[in-house]
Amino acid sequence: MRLNKIILSFVSALVILFSTSVASFAKVVGDKIILGAAISLTGKYSSNGVHTQNGYNMAVDRINSMGGVKVGGKTYKFDIIYYDDESNPKRAAQLAERLISQDGVEFMLGPYSSGLTKAIAPVTEKYGVPMVEANGASRSLFTKGYKYLFAVLAPANLYLDVAIETAVELNGGKPVRIAQAFEQDAFSQDVRLGILDAAERTGSKIIIDDKLPKELNDMAATLVKVKQMKPDVLVVSGHTKGALTAIRQIAEMKVDVPMLAMTHCDAAKLSKQHGKNSQYALCASQWHKSLTYKDDFFKDGMTYAADFEKEFGYDPPYQSAESSAALLVFKDAFERANSFDQKKVRDALAATNMQTFYGNIKFAPGGQNVDKPMVLFQVMCDDAGKCENKVVAPLKWASAKLIHPVPKWSER
Amino acid sequence: MDFLVFQYPMITVQACLDGILLGVLFALIAYGMALQWGVMNIINIAQGDLVILGGYIAYFMYLYGIHPAWGVIVAPVIMYFVGIAIYKLVINKVVDRDLFISILATFGISILFMQLMNFAFGADVVLANSGYGTTMLFDNNVVLPNSKIFSAFISILFAVCLVIYMKRSKLGRAIRATAQNARAAKILGVDTEKVYAATFGINAALCGVAGALISITFTIHPYMGLPYTIRSFMIVIVAGLGNLPGVAMSGMGLGVFEEFADYILGTEFRIGSVFLLLVLILVYRRFKLSRKREYLK
Repeated sequence: MRLNKIILSFVSALVILFSTSVASFAKVVGDKIILGAAISLTGKYSSNGVHTQNGYNMAVDRINSMGGVKVGGKTYKFDIIYYDDESNPKRAAQLAERLISQDGVEFMLGPYSSGLTKAIAPVTEKYGVPMVEANGASRSLFTKGYKYLFAVLAPANLYLDVAIETAVELNGGKPVRIAQAFEQDAFSQDVRLGILDAAERTGSKIIIDDKLPKELNDMAATLVKVKQMKPDVLVVSGHTKGALTAIRQIAEMKVDVPMLAMTHCDAAKLSKQHGKNSQYALCASQWHKSLTYKDDFFKDGMTYAADFEKEFGYDPPYQSAESSAALLVFKDAFERANSFDQKKVRDALAATNMQTFYGNIKFAPGGQNVDKPMVLFQVMCDDAGKCENKVVAPLKWASAKLIHPVPKWSER
Repeated sequence: MDFLVFQYPMITVQACLDGILLGVLFALIAYGMALQWGVMNIINIAQGDLVILGGYIAYFMYLYGIHPAWGVIVAPVIMYFVGIAIYKLVINKVVDRDLFISILATFGISILFMQLMNFAFGADVVLANSGYGTTMLFDNNVVLPNSKIFSAFISILFAVCLVIYMKRSKLGRAIRATAQNARAAKILGVDTEKVYAATFGINAALCGVAGALISITFTIHPYMGLPYTIRSFMIVIVAGLGNLPGVAMSGMGLGVFEEFADYILGTEFRIGSVFLLLVLILVYRRFKLSRKREYLK
């Protein structure tokens, strides 16, 4: 009886072992290049996870329908294996292991958010799997000497320093007084470091430097300080929560500040949720559809936005655009490497120098994209209360003139 | 920086008012927690998630063009039945067991609620706009958003109604009797099962009110429940069990303390200082208790 049990469990263990190894994929099956991605489809990042996935899928369909990837004289098509990482870094790292060692994936796409990318990067690095990621901007990702990590987006410390420079410029080149409030997470703290650099560069003074808790939903105390100390610029970064809370409380407390700069405005659907109260907010963005970059697949930002809307029913946030760009980078690298050898693809990725509808892409040795500046847009509303995001800086891309200083609440 | 409070004296007034308005709202949530803790001996980890669910009810009314302030009436009614349902499905099976089991059970409910809300409403941060405007005091140096004043007013109203209801009504008396001694109440003909269900329902209804108010004053998000649970837990601990006026006082006290900690120590120490205070109070309690015990010996 006992022996039977032992044999039974031994056999079932074998069956399980075989079933998993039989199911495993090779990197390239037939005419398919299989990429792996752990994406947050549930959990707190699920909205942006879905934006990321939609961006990937859109690019896969487009590249496949326009001739696919040509390597060694043969045409291949992209395919992606997705797993849900539940917005959990530990789970993301496990899934990366699984994608690589069980599913045999040899090329990876990034997850959503800096935190999750940080969790996955050591794994892809260990196995020498090239990963092109589009949603991890934290500076710490690019200082660890990772060789197989490539990010199509600008690092977090560059998000808002344009705002400080613009403020100084508008102040006649004289230093400004800065108030800042940042959530205590990797991304926002990197944005903060960027501001500190910009302040030092321009000789500006930081008079309020608040660190907001992760479960931030109240920043009245910071705003009271702003009201009393009257800085020239107020910088806020705390993901969508931070953007929504800031606008709500600034409007309610009638805080007058000549310039308000933030992150995550479009992810927060700021103008939709707050209407006219969000007017004049300056927002850092990786991409805006009105930028005039071009490529062969999506043509330009406006066409991309229209096609995306047709397919998914909403205006693409920059998270989707940068995710689509990641696939374009992979395609380009495969064709230049003319091989599926991971090292060769990695070297081809490192030598990337191209323009996509999303922007120019050229990687620094650390893996970050250094060829694409951030843009700042300003929320502008008409009298009927319809609001639009218009690019105001850098001047090369501007489609509207920056309104500065922001009108006082008593005059609105 | 550190002494902003002295540089700008108006900040003191602002901090006190902000703290009190915030504290009253938290006290309402804590009040529900204290009630069911006292009656059923259950620490409800899902408290904050019930609050957020209430917030979503107000938010959806707002989406459909109804003023979110009506959520203050609709949310508690819906949440009362949600509370009863949770009681019938889960809580009645753990109500007489030890505290650990009830914590596990409510923790499970909390996770379930978070995921369900995420599934149903999405992971976006949302809010309902009341359009209430702002009250300016002292030559515009002190600003009070009317939505906060409204929240505080409604919180106090509900708390007062509840206290009266507890004192006067039959059910209220039954609840108090059960809290004092469930067995004795049972012998004297109180249907404790019903009392428990009603208590849990009332707690959920209070969470519903608070949630509706939070969607008007702050933001809501499926995963934002835990801080409200922790906050109300702290308020109850500081006030002590079965001390309902104490809950109101400790709610406001913690609110004001937190605001001052923010201005004096800095925003990053805001939450930390509240936890530190909690530890100090627990140590002090324990110290007092041990002295008492020795005396009794």
